[in-house]
Amino acid sequence: MRTSQRVAIRVRVDPVACDAYGYCAELLPERVTLDEWGYPIVDGTPVGADLVDLATRAAAACPRRALLLERV
Amino acid sequence: MSVATMDTDNGTLTLGPPTGAGGDVSDQRLLGHHDAGGGNLDDHWAQYGVLLIPDRDDPPWRESVREAVSASGLVGRGGAGFPSARKWASVSASRRRPMVVVNAMEGEPASFKDRALLYRSPHLVLDGAEVVAAVVGASEVTICVADDNRSAAASVEQAVTERNIAGVARFRISVVRPPAGYVTGEESALVSWLDRQRALPMLRIDKSVALQVARRPVVVHNAETLAQLALIARHGPQWFRQVGTAEAPGSTLVTISGAVRDGAVFEVALGTPLIDILRGAGVESELSGVLLGGYGGAWLRPSLLATPYAPGPMTAAGATMGVGVIVALPAGSCGLAETARIARYMAGQSAGQCGPCVYGLPAVAGDLEQLAAGQEGPDVVGRILSRASTIEGRGACRHPDGVVRLVRSALAVFADDARAHAAGRPCPGHAGATVMRFPQDTTAQRWAS
Ligand code: SF4
Ligand code: SF4
Repeated sequence: MRTSQRVAIRVRVDPVACDAYGYCAELLPERVTLDEWGYPIVDGTPVGADLVDLATRAAAACPRRALLLERV
Repeated sequence: MSVATMDTDNGTLTLGPPTGAGGDVSDQRLLGHHDAGGGNLDDHWAQYGVLLIPDRDDPPWRESVREAVSASGLVGRGGAGFPSARKWASVSASRRRPMVVVNAMEGEPASFKDRALLYRSPHLVLDGAEVVAAVVGASEVTICVADDNRSAAASVEQAVTERNIAGVARFRISVVRPPAGYVTGEESALVSWLDRQRALPMLRIDKSVALQVARRPVVVHNAETLAQLALIARHGPQWFRQVGTAEAPGSTLVTISGAVRDGAVFEVALGTPLIDILRGAGVESELSGVLLGGYGGAWLRPSLLATPYAPGPMTAAGATMGVGVIVALPAGSCGLAETARIARYMAGQSAGQCGPCVYGLPAVAGDLEQLAAGQEGPDVVGRILSRASTIEGRGACRHPDGVVRLVRSALAVFADDARAHAAGRPCPGHAGATVMRFPQDTTAQRWAS
């Protein structure tokens, strides 16, 4: 129970900060695709334990710190 | 019944009598009898009655106002339709003294109601602002009027001066002039301008957290909302509910343009059939559609003109009340061409922060222009709809979402036209589309940065 609460997160993008570098889509294709202009389209479905590390890594890789992890 | 004209900075504006209320809305409501800009405190008191605001904090009075406003069912008149009394909860929790901000920016090009109100009844807006300031414990009221809107600003400035001279202002009241533009009046953009002179919307992750200026919590109300509130504070919720419907009580200001001689601001009872409002405004011709809400609003098809003018029925009909904009599109005008012009204008009004808005809106505007001109093959409608879905919900503010709603409604209401255009047979009216009006000088470049 405690574990599942800790990993209940979803990704979200701050559209003001995002500059379409696209690393997020490369590192987390399970939740992020890019639109025709190169900006991320984020699927807000919570990520399971298997993806938490990848989501964290994608957020850390964003040069604009625009990929946000939200606890749900 | 009073009809008057005011000189706006974009031409002459008629202030019409209240319509469609079966005679129930008296002139006593928002626009008053007097024609003069700036109002006059004695006239104001003679007409509306004196409003007593306690000198010092008075919890029972505060509670009674809160209850009256909740019971009245008043919702904000700035477009979002949020219950007014609920806006006060988030600021009361703070240790710092809150600030009351009056949003009279009126960035919708087809809306003139807030400036009409400031011109005709500035003291009513000031009354409402002072009531809210007293309820939330603020010491200061800031009134925001766009920098291209001289007559409304002069009127409210004069009213503030009058109050100061008469020694009746309980709060520090100032009038400030943020840059005009479609998005500068968006709540978070306005607050951001007040806080650090950047009129750009902010991404708000938790909307229950109050916006801040100099770390002080801010409560923002639209000018008309405050005028309504000033009357509720005087006459109570039952009085307010004497017009309108149970779900949508009260009256509201609308700006009607298009198939009428001059644009006009009217006060109407909520729930009045749209067709009666249009007739009251002198719209007699056949219409091909009605734009409702504003340039980020939606088209309504002519067969639905009997829809009651209230949020629920309008939403059910696929439209929106927005800020009370009603543009009657005369038969023979091309709704697709008018929508393309609006989309191009709205693309230019993007605050330039978010990719889907910056790139998506011009792309959709371009698609629509091609469709309007009859230059594209049958897939253009599909491309517009798919781009609309791509853009929706992906800006920091709702500017792109308004355009998406407008464009979808245009493709639905003018579906037959769209098919003909896509087949290379545009309507004859497409080249001369001129119904929608746009301000000359409000480009995105004028913003902060
Ligand atoms: S990596 Fe960051 S800046 Fe790049 S597209 Fe993703 S969110 Fe935007
Ligand atoms: S969505 Fe558009 S108008 Fe709104 S903040 Fe982003 S760029 Fe600006």
